Amino acid sequence: MNISQHFPVFVIIIPLISAVIIPLVGRIRRIYGWYVSIAATFSSLLLSISLLRTVFEKGRISYWLGNWEPPWGIEYVVDYLSGFVLVVISFITFIITLYSMKSVGKEIPEDKITSFYSIYMFFVAGLLGMIITGDIFNLYVFIEISSLAGYALIAVGRKRDALIASYNYLILGTIAATFILLGIGYLYMVTGTLNMADLRERLPLLYDSTVVRTAFAFFSVGLSIKIALFPLHIWLPNAYTHAPSVVGALQAATATKVGIYVMIRIMFTVFKPRFILEVVPVSQMFLYLSAVAIIAGSVLAIGQKDIRRMLAYSSIGQIGYIVFGIALANKLSIIGSLIHILNHALMKGGLFLVVGSIVYKTGITNIDDLKGLGKKMPFSMAAFTIGAFSMVGVPLTVGFVSKWYLALGALQAGKWVFVLVILISSLLSAIYFGRVINNIYFKDDGGGHTTKIDDAPAGMLVPTLTLASCCIIFGIAAFIPVYITRFAAEMLLGG
Amino acid sequence: MIEIFLGKYNYWIYITLMMIGFYAMIAKQNLIKKVIGMNIFQTSVFLFYISIAKVKGGTAPIVWEEAILYDNPLPHVLILTAIVVSVSTTAVALALIIRIYKAYGSIEEDKILEMSK
Repeated sequence: MNISQHFPVFVIIIPLISAVIIPLVGRIRRIYGWYVSIAATFSSLLLSISLLRTVFEKGRISYWLGNWEPPWGIEYVVDYLSGFVLVVISFITFIITLYSMKSVGKEIPEDKITSFYSIYMFFVAGLLGMIITGDIFNLYVFIEISSLAGYALIAVGRKRDALIASYNYLILGTIAATFILLGIGYLYMVTGTLNMADLRERLPLLYDSTVVRTAFAFFSVGLSIKIALFPLHIWLPNAYTHAPSVVGALQAATATKVGIYVMIRIMFTVFKPRFILEVVPVSQMFLYLSAVAIIAGSVLAIGQKDIRRMLAYSSIGQIGYIVFGIALANKLSIIGSLIHILNHALMKGGLFLVVGSIVYKTGITNIDDLKGLGKKMPFSMAAFTIGAFSMVGVPLTVGFVSKWYLALGALQAGKWVFVLVILISSLLSAIYFGRVINNIYFKDDGGGHTTKIDDAPAGMLVPTLTLASCCIIFGIAAFIPVYITRFAAEMLLGG
Repeated sequence: MIEIFLGKYNYWIYITLMMIGFYAMIAKQNLIKKVIGMNIFQTSVFLFYISIAKVKGGTAPIVWEEAILYDNPLPHVLILTAIVVSVSTTAVALALIIRIYKAYGSIEEDKILEMSK
């Protein structure tokens, strides 16, 4: 009996159990809840890395829950794609958990911290479950676990606006999840199976069936709401703005990325690429929607006064990039999309963490009030600058790598107009990030702040700088993510 | 024509209920009414699942010598899970509404939007 064969289920079970343990140990001392969260997210990270290594050594891992053979039982699947996304998401959640203690202590009432961490772990468990599951109904359950936890996390924001933001997200999120449930029902109705690999085998015969097409339509709309693709994005800016800083970072860096991962799974694993490219050319629709999202997100970000809201709108643009690569559906563009999942998690996670540090130290969120912070918080602002450069796509940062691959993919498909879209959006993001950086470094605050260095505490600074340095490391050593995602892209397009 | 309406009446019922719920979620200003709409919306999907589980001439899925056909029990089980999800969503939504009422003194969306400006 080898324990390592049960790793796929441990990735989910450890955060899930810790979510229940935290309220117990939190009764002894509040800080223990944080310790348990760190231990849980760190072990999930280690398990994910070990799973990804196993995938590279032995190929796809299929774990049968309760030893029931699929398609009857629930199957957990780790392949190049889910292994990669697992590592990315568990890494980011670990870093954000490390960061969280001080920020949570300041922004959340003391008696709620324990339950905050408990819900936080439910959220993480839901996300990891969405990534690893190979069963489409199990997927729905995990989507709802992470969404419900997400609503609660947003609602603990300090201002009362957080409640309304959370409520609106709940209504839209429920519409999305119910659409996904309906899509699952339609697929089950015609195939009689819920296992993704099994669906992949059975569906091609039914591609002409209206039921299957309707199912795909429900999946598309439901997932588009979940990932906040442009016309369906309205829940996102308020949710990110009013949530506690840690939750904003967590949501921005992980939740939408996992949503996009699910979209890739549905499009390329449950359905075959042939379906979205030829049978029902829905990829065309996503192509134009994502181009609109890229531009609109950037344009809307320019007009914002609140830095968190600016980052939220910029997220909408970045989601456009990822969907764009998926919709092009050639190898280079999918590599670009998958790397952008990693990159956007690193960059946006880092940027939101810096904003959290600013809120912790000064309570400022208005961009015009950031003047002179470059002298006061040099390390945090350095991290912000790296993140901002990366968002613009300056060479030697991660942002450049993914935009490069997306542009190559667009050229390969002969859609050079979209290269132009990428360029324009990069310029636009240079404008809105330039405005912030200009305020931070080059504008005088009239002596309001002292020039004494007063940066965030080390517990917040180290995670922030880790993410920022990852932006550079993976920008220079770009071959590492490219190597992994190339296998994933080949797997998705093959067959 | 009659076949489309009467032969597939279960789907018509679920679509009608779904649209009623959807309308309430989108158009109603009162937050509680939105939650009611959400419940109708979700329940309609449950009814859809239950109706596709029915096998013509089938009995309840309990082992029985005289049974020839059984209804498909799997959708029932799936919907049990989905009902749990729906109940928790409703609970979270109602908890939020209570806190919204305490913070704003109203549960009418237009009034709240005015206040938060």
